[in-house]
Amino acid sequence: MLKTFNKGGVHPEANKLSAQNPIQTANLPKVAIVPLGQHIGAPATAAVAKGDVVKVGQLIGTATGFVSANIHSPVSGTVLKVEDTIDVAGFKKPAVHITVEGDEWIETIDRSATLVTEIKDDAATIIGKIKDAGIVGMGGATFPAHVKLAIPEGKKAEFLIINGVECEPYLTADHRLMLEKTEELLVGVRILMKAINVNKAFIGVENNKPDAIEKLQKATANSPEIEIVPLKLKYPQGGEKQLINAVTGREVPSGRLPIDVNAVVQNVGTAFAVYEAVQKNKPLIERVVTVTGKTVANPTNFLARIGTPVSELIAAAGGNLELTGKVISGGPMMGKAMSNLDSTITKGTSGLLLMSKEESVRPEASACVRCGKCIEACPMGLEPYLLSLYSQKQMWDEEEQNHVMDCIECGSCLFTCPANRPLLDYIRLGKNTVGKIIRSRKQ
Amino acid sequence: MNSLVVSPSPHVRSEVTTQELMLSVIIALIPALVVSVIHFGLGAIIVTLTSVISCLAFEYLITRFFLKKKSTIADCSAILTGLLLAFNLPANLPIGIVIVGAFVAIVIGKMSFGGLGQNPFNPALVGRVFLLLSFPVQMTTWPKPMGFATKYIDGETGATTLAMIKNHFGTVPTDIDLLLGNMGGSLGEVSAVALLLGFAFLLYRKVITWHIPVTIFATVFVFQGILFAASPADFASPVTHLLSGGLMLGAIFMATDYVTSPMSKMGCVVYAIGIAVITVVIRNFGAYPEGMSFAILIMNAVTPLINTYIKPKRFGEVK
Amino acid sequence: MNEIVLYSVIALGVLGLVLAVVLYIVAQKFKVEEDPRIDQIVEMLPGANCGGCGFPGCRGLATALVTAPNIEGLRCPVSSNEVMQQIGVVLGQEIKAAAPKIAVVRCNGTCQNRPKTSKYDGAQSCAFAATLFAGETGCSYGCLGCGDCVAACNWGAISINNETGLPEVDQDKCGGCGACARSCPKGVIEIRNKGPKDRRIFVSCVNKDKGAVARKACTAACIGCGKCAKVCAFEAITIENNVAYIDYNKCRLCRKCAAECPTGAIHTPNFPPLPPKPAATPAEPKIATAEAPKVEVSEQSKTDNTNA
Repeated sequence: MLKTFNKGGVHPEANKLSAQNPIQTANLPKVAIVPLGQHIGAPATAAVAKGDVVKVGQLIGTATGFVSANIHSPVSGTVLKVEDTIDVAGFKKPAVHITVEGDEWIETIDRSATLVTEIKDDAATIIGKIKDAGIVGMGGATFPAHVKLAIPEGKKAEFLIINGVECEPYLTADHRLMLEKTEELLVGVRILMKAINVNKAFIGVENNKPDAIEKLQKATANSPEIEIVPLKLKYPQGGEKQLINAVTGREVPSGRLPIDVNAVVQNVGTAFAVYEAVQKNKPLIERVVTVTGKTVANPTNFLARIGTPVSELIAAAGGNLELTGKVISGGPMMGKAMSNLDSTITKGTSGLLLMSKEESVRPEASACVRCGKCIEACPMGLEPYLLSLYSQKQMWDEEEQNHVMDCIECGSCLFTCPANRPLLDYIRLGKNTVGKIIRSRKQ
Repeated sequence: MNSLVVSPSPHVRSEVTTQELMLSVIIALIPALVVSVIHFGLGAIIVTLTSVISCLAFEYLITRFFLKKKSTIADCSAILTGLLLAFNLPANLPIGIVIVGAFVAIVIGKMSFGGLGQNPFNPALVGRVFLLLSFPVQMTTWPKPMGFATKYIDGETGATTLAMIKNHFGTVPTDIDLLLGNMGGSLGEVSAVALLLGFAFLLYRKVITWHIPVTIFATVFVFQGILFAASPADFASPVTHLLSGGLMLGAIFMATDYVTSPMSKMGCVVYAIGIAVITVVIRNFGAYPEGMSFAILIMNAVTPLINTYIKPKRFGEVK
Repeated sequence: MNEIVLYSVIALGVLGLVLAVVLYIVAQKFKVEEDPRIDQIVEMLPGANCGGCGFPGCRGLATALVTAPNIEGLRCPVSSNEVMQQIGVVLGQEIKAAAPKIAVVRCNGTCQNRPKTSKYDGAQSCAFAATLFAGETGCSYGCLGCGDCVAACNWGAISINNETGLPEVDQDKCGGCGACARSCPKGVIEIRNKGPKDRRIFVSCVNKDKGAVARKACTAACIGCGKCAKVCAFEAITIENNVAYIDYNKCRLCRKCAAECPTGAIHTPNFPPLPPKPAATPAEPKIATAEAPKVEVSEQSKTDNTNA
């Protein structure tokens, strides 16, 4: 009996079109637009000005505050301008625009392919290096990694959980990474274990990736401290709380963090980035991006530099924009629909999904028949129909009393609703508004 | 370049629609309909058709001309109400009365509350109970099963099993007869086997969960079992009760109505226990031989209360 | 038989009498003393409970008016000065007259002026759409068109014009309570003075982008060029964040600014057409088709001004 989380969940069609396609290095862009806010928290401050010559890996944005991350130049060339760019949703965000000239890297980066297994640094140095390298959660949440690794006073981590679930349909970036960079990944896991001082790590992988499970199990045959946990296929297993529950059986209490059940969760992509940062001195300047969808001729897993325009990657994979109705940054369950294809790849872009015109439009909503399928599907045990209704009626007190803040916005309710009601839309609105009310109350 | 669609996640959804769910329930009712046509012949067909067509017509007329909205008959819920109403009527009921029942079910039971999803009571049962109270004679004159007959009104009539038990007359049919539907009664309720077949189909298609029907069966069995064990002379066996009357039909198809049953699983169990207890009490101690419809309607009224007080257990709930 | 009737009547009669006494005692004992003027004022207020006064409803305002030691600033924004004066009479105090207000939509991004670059498909709620993306067009400041303002209005005074995709205010119904302005996540709706003979002048744009960017997204955008501010003799116009704002307390409704605006972003409803060029200022400037000739004319009138 395979493990899985205890509540709710749905089974969207997997559609892992690019699962068997090895990672390809994407071409360098002509102009890289590197946003300064690619993470949750305060955007970085630009450390370069117009006309500066930069090399790959050079610091171009300095973290402001604790919850923030450094930004490094993903290309070499001249800074064209430091100006606002328009992000995927059409909002203006500060960014550094760099004209690409050649591909010259700063000397401190070890670009050789040799595997460095020996971990010389101590915990503090490791966390320092991770912070300097600007590593964020690569699963899509983009929470600065060093913040998660800094265990608060009075709390203790018992184990590290590595998220190799990739429960989002279509996406295969993590899958390929586990297959192709297995050894590097495992070194990354050991580094993370050392950083938070634990003796046990679990790597959770859903059982629709048997090749990755097998390869990881072989590679860890002699290391009992790292356990590969095959998980039963169910969305949203990759949610932090769901993964902890699936692997350890523990439930993160409402409104608390994983460390409250003595767990730290990191994505496989993050673990790989940590390996490169700590052992090779390489900051986070590129990531694996799955470009996929039914209107893409060759669904591909690209190793793309941050700042590469979305449209260039789509073209490289043979995406047919004429037939496409919607482009999604991320997976189909939680990804954001883009309104601007001139925006660029950031640290959190796990995939680009093109949907055909027919797939893009939501079916018309009809009356709620109170079937309760949303309650069954909710992994957090909430009542989506009720939360949606309260939000629509602007009954914010009731919204809060029914624990809207517990919602992880996984989309299971909307996915399962037979009446196609925009449940999650209104729940998000409710969560937003209630969040504001709670914050104003604390002041 | 064409303009991109921007919509909030998720961008994919399951294939299941309301219409499909309703259709599944309709399909699940087919075996019972076939059995009733075998037993009651032409009457079953006439009553069913009248009921379904008038339900559809009333819903269409109301949405189109009274509410002036887009017609909602495409969601198949009116067909389902019509079928369920017919299943609760004797097969020799005059057409006029069937139409009155359909009117009450759709217009008063459903549309007056705002249509699908808003009605507090199961519309088909509202129609049936209205008819039962308004036309007690016609509604309790049951045709005897006579094989496929072309007679509609003038067939031989008889009493239901439950009426025989209650008033201590006639020969109570054997459990096998009850299972196959060889007894007097409303046209859809007679064959337990056909209804259970429908139940299996609904479970397979994940239209309903087991909670409500199974809880009702279990509670009726236990409660009636206690009564039977205490005094076999006064009370019928739990098996007879399970298999006779509208219990199967009610438990599988009427109590599980999405709109009028509680949302959470725990709530469903409480609701089902309530239905079962009220049914057994009415059957054994009340004035009517059958209490399923009343029990469901009473628990329908309690549903909002159950929804308010019985919440699903949250993930990581802090006590 | 007769006895039964008799007993029934007596029993019911006694029961009714006893209950009536009980009810009377209870009603006397638990009577809530309330100033009768509250009811009187509630009668005079519009009764839409719009919340424009800052109280949860008309009764809230009436109670406040009666109980507050100082009624300065307490008024129903929707009621006319006459009504407020009458309320003042009831209270025995004077309520100062205030200029009547109206909601104006400060966005002219009609489907024609503001080409769509994407299409929204989600819950019909501006508040939610605003958190999801910047808008269906290149303008990230303008109206989203989902109609939160329409839902917020208790007077039925605002509606979305399907042709332009923008909300339109019915000036006869709007009392300027401000519910729509509060509901707008983009802050597009402003409550302004209704103006003499319903004439008012305002900049129908809130786009803070630089001129070229704003203009690219919407042909009727305020580009922050400052021509209007220069021509204004009353210092009523300020340019901040690339967008002009007309202070309605300073504006004398001379319409020089409107003539000057190169994009036609300044709206002047209910004015008669300008004497020299009848087509210069359309009576109903919200009609998109009237925009194009306006730009032309404004340049001509500019030369007129310099000559004079």
